[in-house]
Amino acid sequence: MDLAFIAEVFPKLLAGLPLTLSLAVLSLSGGAVLALMLSGLRASSWLGAQFANFYVYIFRGTPLLIQIFLIYYGLAQFPALRHSLLWPLLREPYVCAVLALMLNDAAYTSEILRGGLRAVPSGAIEAAKVAGMSRPTMLRRIVLPLAFRQALPAYGAEVTSMVKATSLASVVTLMEVTGLARAEVSQSYRAIEVFLCAAVIYLVLVTLITRLVHWLEARLSTHRSPALDRSPA
Amino acid sequence: MKITRSSFLTLGLGAAAGLVFGTAPRSASAKEWKVIRVATEGAFPPYNMHAPDGRLIGFEPELLQELSARMNIKCEMIAQAWDGMIAGLTDGKYDAIMDAVSITPKRQEVIAFSTPYAAAPSGLAIMKDGAIKSLPGTGTRIQLADEVATKAAVEEMAKLLAGKTIGVQVATIQNDFLTKYLKDVVTIRTYSSGPDTFLDLKSGRVDAVMASAINLNASAKKSNGEMVASGYVFAGGLLGQGSAVGLRKGDPELKELFDKALKSVAEDGTLKRLALKWFEIDITPAL
Amino acid sequence: MGEAFTLLGFGPEGWGHALLTAGLTTLAVSACAFACGLVLGTLCAWAKIAGPPVLRRAADIYGVVLRGIPDLLVIYLFYFGGRQIVTAIANQFGHTGPVEISGFVAGSLAIGLISGAAQAEVLRGAFHAIPPGTLEAARVTGMRRWTMFRRIIAPQALRTALPGLGNQWQSVIKESALVSVTGLVETLRAVSVAANSTELPFLFFLAGGAIYLAITTVSGLVFRFAEWRAMRGQPAMRVGG
Repeated sequence: MDLAFIAEVFPKLLAGLPLTLSLAVLSLSGGAVLALMLSGLRASSWLGAQFANFYVYIFRGTPLLIQIFLIYYGLAQFPALRHSLLWPLLREPYVCAVLALMLNDAAYTSEILRGGLRAVPSGAIEAAKVAGMSRPTMLRRIVLPLAFRQALPAYGAEVTSMVKATSLASVVTLMEVTGLARAEVSQSYRAIEVFLCAAVIYLVLVTLITRLVHWLEARLSTHRSPALDRSPA
Repeated sequence: MKITRSSFLTLGLGAAAGLVFGTAPRSASAKEWKVIRVATEGAFPPYNMHAPDGRLIGFEPELLQELSARMNIKCEMIAQAWDGMIAGLTDGKYDAIMDAVSITPKRQEVIAFSTPYAAAPSGLAIMKDGAIKSLPGTGTRIQLADEVATKAAVEEMAKLLAGKTIGVQVATIQNDFLTKYLKDVVTIRTYSSGPDTFLDLKSGRVDAVMASAINLNASAKKSNGEMVASGYVFAGGLLGQGSAVGLRKGDPELKELFDKALKSVAEDGTLKRLALKWFEIDITPAL
Repeated sequence: MGEAFTLLGFGPEGWGHALLTAGLTTLAVSACAFACGLVLGTLCAWAKIAGPPVLRRAADIYGVVLRGIPDLLVIYLFYFGGRQIVTAIANQFGHTGPVEISGFVAGSLAIGLISGAAQAEVLRGAFHAIPPGTLEAARVTGMRRWTMFRRIIAPQALRTALPGLGNQWQSVIKESALVSVTGLVETLRAVSVAANSTELPFLFFLAGGAIYLAITTVSGLVFRFAEWRAMRGQPAMRVGG
C-alpha cells in the first residue's frame, strides 16, 4: 500500500466528482418528473395504467448496463436516427448516460411514489374532501406532503443507488470518478490502490447523502413521539 | 418448506468452502511448466477474435497452437478485457498475454517480453462520408525516430484534424501517440475495447480512429468501403518495437521457452505463412 | 428481420448457442452469489440481533461499506485484490500456495458480499416480525438455541423475508451483468461480443435484455408462488389505513 501513490491518485480521481454529481442530479430530477407523469398516467385510464406497469416491468427487470448500451450503441445503429434532429443530442455520451439513468430511476421512483401514496391515511383524504378542498389543493396540501414523508426512507435509498449507478457511465467513455480510476489503472497497473481511492470517494458521498436523508426524516417527523416511530435502526 | 429444516449455516459454509477449495490451487512460481495460461482479448481482429460459437480464432490463437506444439507444453487461451490485462498478468491470473502488445519502455518497467512476432505501423481510419474527407500522406510510413519528418507529417495532419474527435482504445501506444503529438489539436476519446471505437466511428460520434494498421484494415474491409484507412502511418519510437508475448519478470525460463519456440516458427516459415493468411502482408519483424 | 432470426438462431452463423450458454452462466453466477449473500446476511443479522457489541459494530461497518460503494468497484476490487484475501483465508484452513480466482468466483463472491449486506437488513426485519410470544415459549420449554433457530425462528422469519429475498434475487441477477467486466462470458459479455462482431448492437442488446427479462419474470413467478404457499393459513395482511 504505497501511500505516496495514493496521495497522488486521489486528486486525479476527485476531478471526476463534478461529472458524477451532475449525472446524479440530472437523472434524479428527470426521473422524479417522469415518475410523477407515470403516476398520473396510472391514475388516468386502464390503458395508461397498463403502459405504466409495462414501463416499470421493463426497466426494473433488465440490468441498467444493458439499458445504457441499448441507448448509446443501439440507437446509433439506425441511420434514420443519425440524420434526425435528435442526433446532436444523442451523439453525446453524456446525454445518453443521463437519459438511461433517468428512465431507469423513473421506474423505481414511480414504485416508491405508489407506496407512499398508498400509505396516506384514507381518513385524511376524507377529511379534505369534507372540508371542500378541490383535487389539486388536496394533492398539494395533504396527499403529496404525506406521501413524500412516507416515501422518504425508500427514496433516500434510491438517491444513493443512483449516485452509485453513475459509475456505469464510465463504460460509455465518460470520465467520472470510476472512468478516471479505470484509465489510471490501465496506465499504472496498480488496480487495488486506485480502486480503493475511488471506493472511498463514493463512500464519503453516500454517507453524506444518507445523513442528509436521516436529518430530513427527523425534521419532518418531529411531531411523532419516538415510541410510535418503528423505523429500523 | 423443507429447506428451512436444514441449517442455513452448513449450506452456506459448504458453498463458501467449495468456492475456496474448488478453485484449483496452482503455484505461480512453478519452474516445471505443465500448462501455460495465455490471455487475449478476442476483440482485436485479425490478431484475435471470437467466432459465433464462442471459440477464439485469429492470428494469435493459431500462433499459440504452433508455439505450444514446439514447446511441447499445453497452452490454454482465455479472453480478458484489455484494460486489466497487464495488471492481471502481474497478479498471476494467467502466465502470458498475446494481444498485439507492443514492446515499449514503459511496459518493460513492469513486465517482460518475448522476441517480437509481428511489427505493424499505426494509422488513422475515417468514414468516407464523414466530417474528415481525407488525410494527407496515405501510404507513407513515418519513423518516429526521424523527428523532422514526424513533425512535418503531424503538422500536415493537424491542419485537417483540428477540433475533431478521435477515438482510441485506452492504454494503447496509439493513445500515447495522440496524447504526445495531438493533445491540443483534437479531442481524444478513450474506449475500453477496439470494436467500440469502430461502432462510434460508424455512427459519427468520433471523426477518426487511431489503431494498429492491421486492425484498421480488417475493419475497413468488413465495412465494404465505407470506412477507409487514411493519412500517414507511423512506426517506432513510442509506438514500440513490435508485438510480442507479455510475460512476468519473474519467469525467465518461460521467456526462454517462448523465445525458442518463436525462433523455430520464424525459421521454418510458419510465422510468415500465418501472417500472410491473417494479415495478407508479411509483417514478421527481422529477428 | 429474417437476418435477425438467423443471427439469433442455432446455425453456424447463429449466436443462439453462445447466448444460451451465457444465459446459463448468468444463472449459475447469480445462484452462487445469492447463496453467499444468504449465508453472510444470516450471520450479519444474527450479529446485529444477538451478538456482542464488537460483532455488532463489525456487521454495521460491513453493511455501511458495501452499500456505499458502487457494485462495479466492488467487483473490480475483488477481481484484482480478491486473490490475496482468499489466499489468506485458505491459508488459515491450512492450505498452502496461492489460490486462483477466476472471473466466476470473483464475481460471485463480490455480488454475494453486496447482496449479503442487503439481505442482512431483510432478515433482521423479518426476525423482528416474529411474534415474541413464540420465542418466549420456546425458551420456556428449554429448547436449545440451535433447535430454536431451526424450528421457530427460521421458518417464521423466512415467511416474512420472502418478498424481500425475492427482490434481492432479482437484484443479484441484474448485478451479475456487471461481472462481464472481469471477462467472464455471461449474458452481457456474450451479447457485447456478438454486437461488436456483427455491428448490430440494437439487435443483440435487445436480445440480452430479453434474456434477463425472462429470467427475472420466471423468478418473480416462482417467488410469488413460494410466498403464497408460505402464507397459507395466515390471516390476510391488512394495509394500514
